[in-house]
Amino acid sequence: MPILSLNKVVKQYSNHLAVNHVSFNVEKQKIFGLLGPNGAGKTSLIRIITTITGADEGEILIDGEKLNSRHPQQIGYMPEERGLYKKMKVGEQLMYLAQLKGLSKDEAKSKISHWLKKFEITDWWDKRIEELSKGMQQKIQFIATVVHEPKLIILDEPFSGLDPINTNLIKSEIRQLKENGTSIIFSTHRMEQVEEICEDIVLINQGKLILEGNVSEIKQSFKENKYKITFASDRPDFSNYKVVGESNNSATIQLQEGEKANDLLKYLVQTGTPIIGFNEILPSLNEIFIQKVENN
Amino acid sequence: MNTLWLIIKREYLVRVKKKSFIITTLLTPIAIGLLIILSAFLTAKGGQVSKNVLVKDDSQIFSSTKVDSKLFTYEFSKAPLDRLIEDYKAQSFDILVYIPNFEDISQTKHNVQYYSQEKLSISTIESIENKIASAFKEYKIGQSGIERSVYDSFKMNIDLENGAANLASGEENKGFEDTSSKLSIKIGTALGGVMGFIMYLVIFIYGGMVMRSVMEEKINRIVEVIISSVKPTQLMLGKILGVGGVGLTQLGMWLILIPLVTIGAGFIVGGATDVAQLQELSNQAGSISAEDLNKFDFANVMREISNMNWILIIPVFIIFFFGGYFIYSSLFAAIGSAMGDDMGEGQQLMIPIMLPVILAFIMMQGTLQNPNGGMAIFGSLFPLTSPIIMPSRLAFDPPLWQVGISIVLLILSCWFFAWLAGRIYRVGILMYGKKVSFKELAKWIAYKG
Repeated sequence: MPILSLNKVVKQYSNHLAVNHVSFNVEKQKIFGLLGPNGAGKTSLIRIITTITGADEGEILIDGEKLNSRHPQQIGYMPEERGLYKKMKVGEQLMYLAQLKGLSKDEAKSKISHWLKKFEITDWWDKRIEELSKGMQQKIQFIATVVHEPKLIILDEPFSGLDPINTNLIKSEIRQLKENGTSIIFSTHRMEQVEEICEDIVLINQGKLILEGNVSEIKQSFKENKYKITFASDRPDFSNYKVVGESNNSATIQLQEGEKANDLLKYLVQTGTPIIGFNEILPSLNEIFIQKVENN
Repeated sequence: MNTLWLIIKREYLVRVKKKSFIITTLLTPIAIGLLIILSAFLTAKGGQVSKNVLVKDDSQIFSSTKVDSKLFTYEFSKAPLDRLIEDYKAQSFDILVYIPNFEDISQTKHNVQYYSQEKLSISTIESIENKIASAFKEYKIGQSGIERSVYDSFKMNIDLENGAANLASGEENKGFEDTSSKLSIKIGTALGGVMGFIMYLVIFIYGGMVMRSVMEEKINRIVEVIISSVKPTQLMLGKILGVGGVGLTQLGMWLILIPLVTIGAGFIVGGATDVAQLQELSNQAGSISAEDLNKFDFANVMREISNMNWILIIPVFIIFFFGGYFIYSSLFAAIGSAMGDDMGEGQQLMIPIMLPVILAFIMMQGTLQNPNGGMAIFGSLFPLTSPIIMPSRLAFDPPLWQVGISIVLLILSCWFFAWLAGRIYRVGILMYGKKVSFKELAKWIAYKG
């Protein structure tokens, strides 16, 4: 059973349709990418899932159960535009947010200590938020999102504003949470991160779902039979093939109907070209993204 | 319910623990105390600097009476006027007064000249005028051959008292009718004014606090995290109640500290000023007669205060206190949610909230003049003005049915405005970078879910 299941969800604002009959499933223990250009309706969708707003139509199931007011306690949400109470101390703040999620005082305390220890910031308990740098605040924000051990975590652009070290730290935490059974929805328009982390994705544009599936399957389905050949000598003769890209010691060939990669390789071996590399070029998600959005 | 309590607790503790809260709570009574001492000191010393007055009296009437004044010293000279004008200053006099020899003393209006290097205040001029006039009056009484005692018996002083009040107090009956003696009307007016004014302050100070707090959460962007855990209306309600608790704490502290400080200041001031001097000052001001001052008997005042219908006043005031705060802070929360980072742009949204409060405050003055008039009745029933107008009427025994209807309307309005504000709030807190108009707010109210 999927952790989250959307069925024909609609959200209408006064002058535009923010979410237009969107349906998809998020499987348990997966890292799921919710993609789309700015203003596509990602945040509207997330706000519906987190019960911040309600859908006008459609059905939302969390773990098979209709979305209701108890579910927010099982969801951890880190919005894109995030903030904390600047004057509050780190400890107080986390205690407050954890208790709002239904943890008892003792539970909250022990879980927060656990996370502070994990991030090696135990001495921050009494620091005011305004004393922390932006990256440090992000860490606190992340702890606030996961401290109540939600079944489903929704991260909206979690790496924006983070330096590479903290980005890696959060990435490895996300993976670890997944290993421990948590399902994660990861909303972004940064495609290289999606390729790296996500297993399944949906692509939304202008409120509509335009692409969904497993990342490697999608890439396979969008492949254009391109191969990059790298060689150590002069350029061999490619007159029988369609060359779509070229540089000093490499060429990209797009195979046509009936042509096979093995035949191309055989031909190159016959010409005696010293081959250093032979790779299939899969389209990047970025290319697929741009192609899909522009065609839409 | 549990989360609501958490929100209330946070909103309350965050504010109460702030240095600025502690400082304001403690400094306000101290400032009031200092103000009392300072103003008493200034009135006694600075406001009325004693003046040396040199009088050239050609009529011989003023100079022949015994002039008694605590503030001014009068001295007389017979030297020619032009010489005196030249050197009265050198003789260390502040004012030179020239009384010519009036031709017809039976006239009731005469002109007297004064010379002074600095501009004299109205009260100084009036004080000197009164002294000269009373000297002439004494002189005329003496000339007319009327006995002093006969003249004194001409003076009349009528007190218009409430017949029912005398009747009631005679029968030891402390029902509804016995609080309308003149003194009790004065006390009622003061009490009504104070209660109305407290409401006015509470609405602006603590309502404004709720508004700022909502704006802060919106600008901080924490609000989205919070409302992914609790319902927006719950957050709003928690905020209103939490800040309300802060208000109660602060007012409670002031209720204890301000009287203490005032009494303390009274002791300090009491030692410094002289009752006779105070009387002369008030005579000059012309507002309170000496008789009035004598009648201002502390025991009487205390008796009248204890005769007030406190069983009605206290609970009803508390109901209107909470109701008024709740209605207005809900509205302020709604406006705060609609405002963005740009406070100036949102200012126009505040006008419709401030208008009824200011209107009510103005209506309150009229209500105190005529506590059972049409405006007073309307103002004390209409829920946006009743939190200010009804408390100001309470000391005048408004009909109970009016109080009852007003409370019912107030409670219904609390519910209505909380609902209305909640509708605006839940949309407003997530709306960024949009200039909000009233038309827009109306749309938000209609939004689903």
